[in-house]
Amino acid sequence: MKAMEIFYEISRDPYAYARKWKNQTGKKAVGYFCSYTPEELISGTGALPLRIFGTREHITCADSHLQSYCCSLVRGGLEDALTGRLAFLDGTVFPHTCDSIQRLSDIWRLNAGFPFHIDVILPVKLDTESARTYLLDVFHKFRRELEQELGPISDEKLSETIRLYNNIRRLLEEIYLMRSANPAVISGRDVYAVVKSAMVMDRNDLYGALRKTVDALKKESPAADNSKRIVLAGGVCNHPDIYSHLEKAGARVVWDELCTGTRYFEGMADESGDPVAALAQRYADRIVCPAKHCGADKRGRNLVDIVKNHQAQGVIFLILKFCDPHSFDYPYMKEYLDKKNIPSMLLELEEQLPAEGQLATRFESFIEML
Amino acid sequence: MSGEKIIKNPEPEARDIKSVKRMKEIMTNYYIEAKTAKDQNKMVAWITSGGPVEPLIAMDVIPVYPENYGAMIGASHMAVQLCEIAEQMGYSRDLCGYARSDIAASATGGGPIPGGLPRPDFLVCCNNICGTVLKWYEVLARYFKVPLFIYDTPFIHTEFSEEAKKYVRQQTLEYTQFLEEQTGKKADYGRLEEVGRLSVQAMRLWQKVLDTCMHKPAPMTAFDAFFHLALIVTLRGKQVVIDYYSELLDELNDRIARGIGMIPNEKYRLLWDNLPVWFKTRWLSNKFASHDAALVASTYTNAWSSTVDLIDENDLAGSLGIASSSIYINVSIDKMLAELGTMIKKYEVDGLVMHSNRSCKPYSLGQYDIQKMVMKEFDIPALIIEADQVDERNFSESQIETRIDAFMETIKSKKR
Ligand code: SF4
Ligand code: SF4
Ligand code: SF4
Repeated sequence: MKAMEIFYEISRDPYAYARKWKNQTGKKAVGYFCSYTPEELISGTGALPLRIFGTREHITCADSHLQSYCCSLVRGGLEDALTGRLAFLDGTVFPHTCDSIQRLSDIWRLNAGFPFHIDVILPVKLDTESARTYLLDVFHKFRRELEQELGPISDEKLSETIRLYNNIRRLLEEIYLMRSANPAVISGRDVYAVVKSAMVMDRNDLYGALRKTVDALKKESPAADNSKRIVLAGGVCNHPDIYSHLEKAGARVVWDELCTGTRYFEGMADESGDPVAALAQRYADRIVCPAKHCGADKRGRNLVDIVKNHQAQGVIFLILKFCDPHSFDYPYMKEYLDKKNIPSMLLELEEQLPAEGQLATRFESFIEML
Repeated sequence: MSGEKIIKNPEPEARDIKSVKRMKEIMTNYYIEAKTAKDQNKMVAWITSGGPVEPLIAMDVIPVYPENYGAMIGASHMAVQLCEIAEQMGYSRDLCGYARSDIAASATGGGPIPGGLPRPDFLVCCNNICGTVLKWYEVLARYFKVPLFIYDTPFIHTEFSEEAKKYVRQQTLEYTQFLEEQTGKKADYGRLEEVGRLSVQAMRLWQKVLDTCMHKPAPMTAFDAFFHLALIVTLRGKQVVIDYYSELLDELNDRIARGIGMIPNEKYRLLWDNLPVWFKTRWLSNKFASHDAALVASTYTNAWSSTVDLIDENDLAGSLGIASSSIYINVSIDKMLAELGTMIKKYEVDGLVMHSNRSCKPYSLGQYDIQKMVMKEFDIPALIIEADQVDERNFSESQIETRIDAFMETIKSKKR
């Protein structure tokens, strides 16, 4: 599809896109980790928020700062910072998430040398009054710190940004819903490219590109094939090849529970009232990730609901090796699925995917079971 | 030390710390009390090692520490077997070994205490040590189907913000309310202040115990401190801790007076970073002793006293959260470096030994940077050994031995 090209270009080389964007606009770019970063505040200053995924190849510098037992996202991000591939960034933002990112923030602050470094020290629980108040306080503080670095953000501009993000999220959701209705309408690779670009691209341009994509998709009505319906669960998926492997094995992803997926776009911020409060509420209400607490089993129940709502036949857990929060949740989430007779498999992701043949066999034998 | 008379070193038996026996009794009694809590009409709460325990003690709830049990499991070489059970349950081998051991022990009643730890009536989790405990206690909450209170202590990278201070203060009130609901009793603030005073007194005594190692030769080593630590972790706020540490302190001072060091011929003094390797403490201790090196202090044992000055005895409720948030592993690596610097000078150490602990990411990630900064700023050698606090599969004896030998050669040539 023509509308897709831009997303492929950006997701293949987000840094090149950002550098070009900076040259063309003369504006600033801010790197961040984790989908708990209130991007709207960054966008509100006029800067480009850009999620750092990090390289998966040729680690040369990061290993002298990080032991072998840390996830590839942390290692790859640091590698890019130390080798200068992120030199175009005007600052970086670290929301408080897992223990590894927490230490990465220190190592980064002491070694990477970006013009500014902001820690957004979020609460780890989101289900109490005082935690929500604290979250709001932290967002206000983040706004003040950003303003110091990047100039003032007016409430009007922030409200406008919130509306823009809501519209973006609605369009992303629409693509997901269309795919759930007929998974042949768009490939998993395409959706991956869209979502990844969404965290990088100029958000106004993104809105336009998404609009075009949705309109184009509406015109397509490919015959539904009889692929099996799969849900992906876990953290960050940075392996677009997985989708083609799955499709070859006779399955299509119909929904996900990933940070590079629904966790990015689900939940709208209130468009009326105080914009910072609306943002805080969105991040507090959104379905939790495993690094945050909101009841002891909300994620597990939510996953079962997703499978039901999207008539999926199986779940594939994608978990980065050495990721503590996700690894702790996996056994009970699997158990919740087992209780409902929903088959699942776990794919632990290292820097590189398992050899092609091996992955194909694993997927095939899982999909045959469904 | 030149002016002192060299005392002929006593035999190893004479060098053992006598108080150890009493310590074992106290711990045994504590676990018996916890195991028979129901018979005494008392409730049991499981709590993390850095959690604010004083309110529990003030409400007559018996605190139980899965991490202490994890240490016992490690020391009694039962961790691999339990970790493997957890791995069969689906828990990744890369997760903290305490969590894996305890989750498996909870499910099977395994570990050194027959039947395992007494079941909790509720859980208290404070994330000032790591994010692992949050996930681990969620597992426990689902497994035991009991309420979980989370005491959230925002991490301190560059500052402890006013916002965070307000948040932790508020949580102390919520914690008290939670305890009132669980126990059906009203909080007794007078009692809480009393417990707070005992707790502070115990922390100060513990610091004095550790500080005996400023003396050359050190009357005990960090390996002894790892053992004696159990009381400040599990029972602070109770009189028995004060009595015991007073006794221990007397014994250590007596050793100092008589010139008895723990290492027969202490020539080199080292600082240990991170948790102990529980299943190898004796081996490591002997290994260093064979080089005439004493580990005279550790960042780990220090963690239970270093924040004592932040506690206001007259306003325990207001200051508890501040102190809990400020402990060694809830702060950035540059703040850790500053604390290390203080310890390096205070205990006059010749080198730093860092245990890169596969189980504990928040304690270990960042050590490579700290190592470089310590060598540069304090001009002492620093060694990193890759190991694990309890999982023996992550320990390569020959490799570690070679590294320690090489490190000691560096230290020796530097001191020459
Ligand atoms: S899993 Fe949670 S902590 Fe990790 S990136 Fe996603 S939202 Fe952030
Ligand atoms: S993948 Fe897991 S360990 Fe890595 S940064 Fe995300 S939450 Fe942390
Ligand atoms: S060893 Fe580390 S990861 Fe494990 S519970 Fe203790 S602080 Fe947390």
